[in-house]
Amino acid sequence: MAKEHMIKQLSIFINNEPGRLAQIAAALKECNVNMKAFNIAESSGFGVFRAIVDEPDRALKELNDKGIVVKETNVIAIPMIDRPGGLLDVAKAIGEANINIEYGYAYSTKDLAAFFFRVDDADAAVKKLLASGIKVLKGNEV
Amino acid sequence: MNYWNKAIETMPLKDIKALQLKLLKKNVSEMYETSKFYHDKMVAAGVKPADIRTLDDLRKLPTMKKSDLRENYPDKLFVRPYSEILRYHVSSGTTGKPTVVGYTRNDIENWSESLARAFTSSGLTKNDILQISMGYGLFTGGLGKHYGAEKIGATVLPAGTGNTARQIELMLDLPVTAIAATPSYMFHIADVCDKMGVDIRRDTKLRVGILGAEPWSENMRRKLQERTGILAQNCYGTSEMSGPMFTECTEQKGIHVWQDLCLMEILDKNGDPCADGERGEMVMTMLQKEAFPLIRYKMGDISTLEWEKCACGRTHPRLQRLSGRTDDMLIIRGINVFPSQIEDVIGEMDFLAPFYHITVDAVNYMDSIAVEVEVTKQALTDDMTKMEKMKAEFDRRLRVVLNIKADIKLALPGSMPRTEGKAKHVTDNRKYD
Repeated sequence: MAKEHMIKQLSIFINNEPGRLAQIAAALKECNVNMKAFNIAESSGFGVFRAIVDEPDRALKELNDKGIVVKETNVIAIPMIDRPGGLLDVAKAIGEANINIEYGYAYSTKDLAAFFFRVDDADAAVKKLLASGIKVLKGNEV
Repeated sequence: MNYWNKAIETMPLKDIKALQLKLLKKNVSEMYETSKFYHDKMVAAGVKPADIRTLDDLRKLPTMKKSDLRENYPDKLFVRPYSEILRYHVSSGTTGKPTVVGYTRNDIENWSESLARAFTSSGLTKNDILQISMGYGLFTGGLGKHYGAEKIGATVLPAGTGNTARQIELMLDLPVTAIAATPSYMFHIADVCDKMGVDIRRDTKLRVGILGAEPWSENMRRKLQERTGILAQNCYGTSEMSGPMFTECTEQKGIHVWQDLCLMEILDKNGDPCADGERGEMVMTMLQKEAFPLIRYKMGDISTLEWEKCACGRTHPRLQRLSGRTDDMLIIRGINVFPSQIEDVIGEMDFLAPFYHITVDAVNYMDSIAVEVEVTKQALTDDMTKMEKMKAEFDRRLRVVLNIKADIKLALPGSMPRTEGKAKHVTDNRKYD
């Protein structure tokens, strides 16, 4: 049950040097990868480009074949209402379910706004959220 | 000119050589009888103590290497019982395994005697106050110089390393006239003096520095002397020999190597003696060492000896600046570091791949070592807390093995250069000119 609620995020690791992002962006274009949301974070030594994409399995394979260092990470997506206080509803629900967020980012379109976040034990977190009556998006809903 | 032991220090070379032969014969006979290791080596080489009739016969004797010490860890090369051994010192070794050295009462005495001659030749007397800003404990630098300085009656301030501001305060208050340190630490002290508004020339009585335990250049000496006004004296010695043993005299034309204690050969790649003035590997025979004798020990350091009598009147030859090593050992802030030690630690960490690069630098003459190593694809995670934990684990272990802090950078899988054949794992940006 929890499995279908897992959103496959691509984590692309890049060296922290000028021009590297453009290189990754070029590879994404060549592999015809369409992104829904992404964020870029920096850690000691290298950066991580995290993206929610269409056809993540194909994207993973093709990027890998190109020699890009990429891994798949399961994240959770909760829909938000696109109005003031939308984040509060979601944040409260996550807090009340006693879930600790490692990192997160959002996207919004005309039809849907969502909060993507990563937790240590995604399975357990999804179960808790569903049990508290929170809507958790499925892979095919984003 | 002051001498500590004028008879020996100015002894004609002919007499020195006669003394060396006498000591060598005694040494070789004792080794043949008491050291299983060296006995076996001599048998294998087909040489008996009676074959040593002239100093040139030394060349018939088998050599010893660092690996012999490692393989006979910790004390299999000692030839005296524990009841005669007064002290151990321990130096960091190649594969995480250190080298243990032992000393009898005579060994400590000869070590102190060697430094008493050296300190006197550097212009130190019982009126000096010597601050020893080197590690005490397992490292030979602190205690060795301590004993040598006490022997000449100088006042010792056993400051050790670290807490530089406090060291400078003590230097001002006591007032210190001489300091023993690594050259890089001396530069650091000068930097901290600047920050504290202390002018070494104006505010301190410091006039002599006994500096060693790491390679440094004439350029560095010149800069240090110009900056601080002290006489910066080069000092040499390794733990196998006893520890720091020899320094320059005030002529600063090379390090006097006391030939009654240490017979030094300079050999070329084939093991033949180099011509005078030609550089080669330094090979030591310690002529009076008791607990842990060394015959024809290959140091791995490269230099040459100047045999011409020194203007100071001393006849003992002068060791010139070291110009490298025959192996890949690095000396970082006075500590021996082998790239193989770092490689071993990388091998211990299942999250690291064996692709790495070591960069050595000197910023303001303070050595630094940086290690960049690839994480395995399996271990790579976008959980940065986990990545930081891996880095910390590697950092901790490396520090334990090397006894020194390295700057660590984790690299992405596949990002380090791959080379065919022998990879170049080390870039040493320090300049020894």
